[in-house]
Amino acid sequence: MVTADIGVGSVAAGRPLDTVPSPDQTSTTRRTQLRRGPLRRGARRTALVGWLFVTPALLMYAVFVLQPLGLTIQYSLYRWNGVGPATWVGLSNYVTVLRDPDLLGTIINSFQLVLFFSVIPVSLGLVTASVIHRVASGRFGTVTRTVLFLPQVIPLVAAGIIWGWLLSLPGLINQALTAVGLGGVTRAWLGDFDTALPAVGLIGIWVLLGFCTVLLLAGMTKIDPALYESARIDGAGWWREFVSITLPSLRYEIGVCLTVTIVAALAAFDIVYVSTGGGPGNSTAVPGIQIYILAFLERQVGLASALAVLLMILVLVIILPIQRLSREERR
Amino acid sequence: MKRYVAAAGSALLVALLAGCAGAGSGGPQQNNDPVTPEAPTCGTDPVVLNAYFETGFDLPFRLSEEFTRQFPNVTWNIKQDQFQNLINATPRLLSGNNPPDLIRLPTMVSLVQDGLLKNLDGYAEGFGWDKWPAAQLSQNRVADDGTRGSGSLYAMGLNYSLTGVFYNKELAARVGMTEPPATVAEFDAVLERAKAQGILPIMVWNASASGGGLAFPLQHLMAAYGPTQPINDWIFQKPGATIDTPTNRQAAEHLQRWIEAGYFPPDANAIQYTDANARFRNGEGLFIFNGDWENASYDEGMPGNVGFFLFPPLKEGDPVAAMSSPLTFGIAAKAANAGCAAFFLNWVATNEQARQINVTVGGSNPGGPADLAIPPVAAGSVTNETLAAGALVAESNGAMDFIANATGAIFAQGWTPELQKMVGGEQDGAGLLAAVQAEYERELEQGS
Repeated sequence: MVTADIGVGSVAAGRPLDTVPSPDQTSTTRRTQLRRGPLRRGARRTALVGWLFVTPALLMYAVFVLQPLGLTIQYSLYRWNGVGPATWVGLSNYVTVLRDPDLLGTIINSFQLVLFFSVIPVSLGLVTASVIHRVASGRFGTVTRTVLFLPQVIPLVAAGIIWGWLLSLPGLINQALTAVGLGGVTRAWLGDFDTALPAVGLIGIWVLLGFCTVLLLAGMTKIDPALYESARIDGAGWWREFVSITLPSLRYEIGVCLTVTIVAALAAFDIVYVSTGGGPGNSTAVPGIQIYILAFLERQVGLASALAVLLMILVLVIILPIQRLSREERR
Repeated sequence: MKRYVAAAGSALLVALLAGCAGAGSGGPQQNNDPVTPEAPTCGTDPVVLNAYFETGFDLPFRLSEEFTRQFPNVTWNIKQDQFQNLINATPRLLSGNNPPDLIRLPTMVSLVQDGLLKNLDGYAEGFGWDKWPAAQLSQNRVADDGTRGSGSLYAMGLNYSLTGVFYNKELAARVGMTEPPATVAEFDAVLERAKAQGILPIMVWNASASGGGLAFPLQHLMAAYGPTQPINDWIFQKPGATIDTPTNRQAAEHLQRWIEAGYFPPDANAIQYTDANARFRNGEGLFIFNGDWENASYDEGMPGNVGFFLFPPLKEGDPVAAMSSPLTFGIAAKAANAGCAAFFLNWVATNEQARQINVTVGGSNPGGPADLAIPPVAAGSVTNETLAAGALVAESNGAMDFIANATGAIFAQGWTPELQKMVGGEQDGAGLLAAVQAEYERELEQGS
């Protein structure tokens, strides 16, 4: 009885049951006999309370994530226009989607976007965060952080429209280039086959750099300053500190940054849709845009769902190793 | 969110009021005859018409206000959305619990096949729409096999738009264009002179978000090089129709020559529809291929400085052609006030006040019975020129629908990317038509 009470109390205190000192530690058999009954009941109650706490979130998750996911998988097995009767077609939607010659192009495009949405913001974010952390922890640091984080607050659609103006032929960026004598390189950045994808990528960098910087900066403030101190006593320079202390300590944060930004790149829709709509030609077309066109313009809900499921699998295949890597290295 | 709550509330209201509408209609039920001539009115009891309009186009809103002024028992519950969103939402709106009495329709064939739109044959006979010039109604007819152009009537046009070439009069005078070109060769000569003088010959939009505006000059060239019937057949999805014909190929190659000669802005692929019009109004570009729905904006932005002509034929005096399509509105199959909505559609085409609003605000031909005169337009408005041109097109029987409307995604997946490639030097005339035809066949095959 006593142990059971302690057990419940320990749950309230947030401590695992194993750490509860047993009143009788001399005889193993006695202990198991004593503990089995009450503890089992305690564990059951604990589990119940736990489930109770998790239920609202789980319910939301089930209704807004699991159910749509299940429906999408179900739709992908039918030929359906969204309104009329649906016909079972098995896996043939997947075959059709995989045979589409444009599909590979859209996937290649989204991998190129990974460079702009993920690799550059994370590396640049590391540099920016460590600069802010070292030299500008005061008011200036706060201002810089705020400015960098602002794009996260602005709706992406508005950002896409504004960048469309900035990058247009008569836009500010070309005016600036002309002013510094670079009139020769001016062009409609979002309308040129060679520059449209990098231009969309630039918008992505602008949006995601602040997110990465703030997250990494938060991670840096968590690192014990004594580590840097002892490194400096050992004669380590800036670079050595960065590589040997900062980077390993930030593995988890970097993992989160990479996960979020890679998902943003592979599942990109809003920025691309507003700024280029996938054009010119198909030079910025990404799977997200194709899903939209299939579902809402062609009204091929089955095909669109099949492509969406494939995109989800692609994202998982790339994200899961990153997750595992960042978690393992943390230990 | 508030909007949806309000919508739900008014939905209830509409449901409560349902049954009051079309009280004067009725007539004996005829078995075995699906078409019962009907000419309902809105009665005298309060009616709330549940309508979906397109954001940014004033005309339906102004017409609804005038209608309530004349028939005070009718009030409106109007929701509006961007055209692109309407395309996505229409099937769900029509099949939902509170289907609209009146809705701006982007496309219709699939909606008809799903039984979501009301068959208007009975009203057509009752109101006498079937006695109007047949061309007005044909684009809104859908046959049993899903082809457009013939069969039962499923929508009506509030008005009938017309496309052609708008020109900047000041720039035209500078390049010595004293009267509209009579042939394609003369048009080419004007383009060449403008280019030589450093004037942008043709303003155009070709960015993906707006869709490939180069489809306008392309289709006008197609109609100059060949007959319009095969083009319409293709748009209406007649069996075996192809866009890849020898004359269309000549037209596409002609367009390619214009692009290569630098007659369009170099940033065409990044120009949105609204930007192209703004730049044209600000004096950039001698010509712009567009439709009479922009009349009011051109009149306002460049008063007295804008003119209009139909794109010329290859040989002087040959028949002229233009894209013309109804501003299509339909009635949901399950609409509560279908009769009143039909009465409104009839009123728009026949009431003097409504026709005046139609021409002044909409800028397009109000259609209706052949013996009704077109209401007067302010002197100096470019609408005078577009209305006169419309009569010429009707005489030549040269009206076409838009090649962008052939299938749900032919514009987004076919014309726009291929025309953008042509601007980028990555596609030629023959390749363009072959690619679009392949996309057309893929969509028809997957959609069947």
